[in-house]
Amino acid sequence: MKRVETVPVKLNPAGDIIISGNSSCHAEADSLSWQKIALLTALPLLFFFVSLFLGRLFIDPLTVIKILGKNLLFLPIDKTWSDTLEVVVIRIRLPRAIMAGAVGAGLSISGAAFQGMFHNPLVSPYILGVSAGAGFGAALAIITDGSIFLLQIYAFIFGIIAVSVTYYISRIYKTTSILMLVLSGIVVAALFQGLISLLKYTADTEDKLPAITFWLMGSMGSVQLKDLPVALIPIVSGSIGLYLVRWRINVLSMGDREARAMGVNTEQLKGIIIVCSTIVSTGVVAFCGIIGWVGLIIPHVSRMLVGPDHRKLFPTTLCLGAAYLILIDNIARNISAAEVPIGILTALVGAPFFAVLLRKTRGGWG
Amino acid sequence: MTSKLSIRSAGFSYGEKEVWHDIDLEVGSGDSICLLGPNGCGKTTLLNCIHGDLKLKSGEIEISGRRIATMSVTEIARSMGYVFQEHSAMFPYNSLEVVKMGRTPHLGLFDAPSQQDTEMAMNVMIEMGIGHLADKRYTNISGGERQLVLIARTLCQDPEIILLDEPTSHLDFKNQGLVLETINRLSKRGLTIIMTSHFPNHAWLTSSRVAMMNYKGFIALGPAAEVMTEENLSQTYGIRVKVYQAMDGNRAINFCTPEYSKA
Repeated sequence: MKRVETVPVKLNPAGDIIISGNSSCHAEADSLSWQKIALLTALPLLFFFVSLFLGRLFIDPLTVIKILGKNLLFLPIDKTWSDTLEVVVIRIRLPRAIMAGAVGAGLSISGAAFQGMFHNPLVSPYILGVSAGAGFGAALAIITDGSIFLLQIYAFIFGIIAVSVTYYISRIYKTTSILMLVLSGIVVAALFQGLISLLKYTADTEDKLPAITFWLMGSMGSVQLKDLPVALIPIVSGSIGLYLVRWRINVLSMGDREARAMGVNTEQLKGIIIVCSTIVSTGVVAFCGIIGWVGLIIPHVSRMLVGPDHRKLFPTTLCLGAAYLILIDNIARNISAAEVPIGILTALVGAPFFAVLLRKTRGGWG
Repeated sequence: MTSKLSIRSAGFSYGEKEVWHDIDLEVGSGDSICLLGPNGCGKTTLLNCIHGDLKLKSGEIEISGRRIATMSVTEIARSMGYVFQEHSAMFPYNSLEVVKMGRTPHLGLFDAPSQQDTEMAMNVMIEMGIGHLADKRYTNISGGERQLVLIARTLCQDPEIILLDEPTSHLDFKNQGLVLETINRLSKRGLTIIMTSHFPNHAWLTSSRVAMMNYKGFIALGPAAEVMTEENLSQTYGIRVKVYQAMDGNRAINFCTPEYSKA
């Protein structure tokens, strides 16, 4: 093929193209301007900091900074606060805020990846049955008097089993059709929901049934400082995996057949996306229960902000997801004397918010 | 003439139902072949077999001397582009972003297109006369423009062969012309083109050779002027077809219409 001589094409820092002599035409490019980048990074940091001094016990921001400085950076600061405050900030609020951020970011990026893979903006990270499977694992652990540790292991394993079964059912003629994946996901989720109901029905109504019910509603409360490294491993590693194939997800979102024609090994890529997303969502569910709506709404909002390109979409969902869940967790902790399960709030806040968005954009995607 | 594509005694069937058999075709570089035939005669199936998406029942298909069955999707995408008949635009990518996706077979699993790839994509668009669409959402442009964007994306794969399935269906008169003109330009540049069409008249306008198919296989293969006879056309479509010739100066322009039994 004969190459034409190259026309210099300028790119702005965000990677958007600027064609010389074409400045008059209305640019529809979804740019990641500096203002947007600043806002997207400032938002989670702001909410994160706020969640450290807000709570049943209000701690003034300056003391929080001092406590953080002394305990994390080992600065020589005189201790002018009680041990209780230190425990509250370092052992309770800090791990909880970090976990909330990680959970929000993880659910959002896996939701965004699934939406790209299924070419559908109404897909959530739980579409392949991971939440039902993990819920069953947790219920099983509670019924059999398992420890918290065992509960997390069971939830994680059954989450993976559920998705594996879904994947196995959907494989026909060595390919994985999107429709078959969705249908098998519904089947597997229904099966595990039935098993959860069975366990609930047989559970002791004094303590086990409430325990199962509360666990299924989701909570950030059970995350301890010592759990944090283990809890973050699946979320971080899965997210990194998804981030690495971000360009290919763009190509895959054009449809399987088109992606194959552009040289994408679609079976391999779908495998990578399913494995990474499942590691993230199972990791989340195992530690925090079922937190819905985040992985559906945040990618949608992010797409409105920066467009469908996953190279911009992924960082945006990470920031927005983290900010959103830290905010919701703050509400969950502070709205009443007793903590409200976060899964209830994400649905109560998320669903109306999504309805408003849908009305405003008339169901549009961008 | 070295063959870019050779099809030897190829046959295909869906289960027991045979679609076509004994198809032979040698295509060299710069050749442009138009497949004509009625609905359901297996034109698209043939394209899918050439592209390696479907496996032949019998016979061989080779791309530059390599059997298609032994090539990976990436290798196929480097040597062959495919513009499908149906394209459902789902996410509102910018047109340039879509064209850039054509670079994928030349990128590693974890790579994204470089500045160089972006420049190449932009140049292809400018060359095709659609540079002004670069920063428009490809979901908001017209059907003809979108077809040109998708052809540009295929060109970014840097292929030797381009397959087009009904490239002018769903397009209005002007856009049909635009797409046909583009296809002609590509074939003049040395690209090998294989396209299907429902419009026999397009075969005269674009192709160096025409393959006429009915429900068994090829019934005629050769230059449009030789094989597009009333007899062959009637046999292909199963209705009586009239061929007319008009003179534009010294240039003869052929066209055909079905013979209607109008009272």
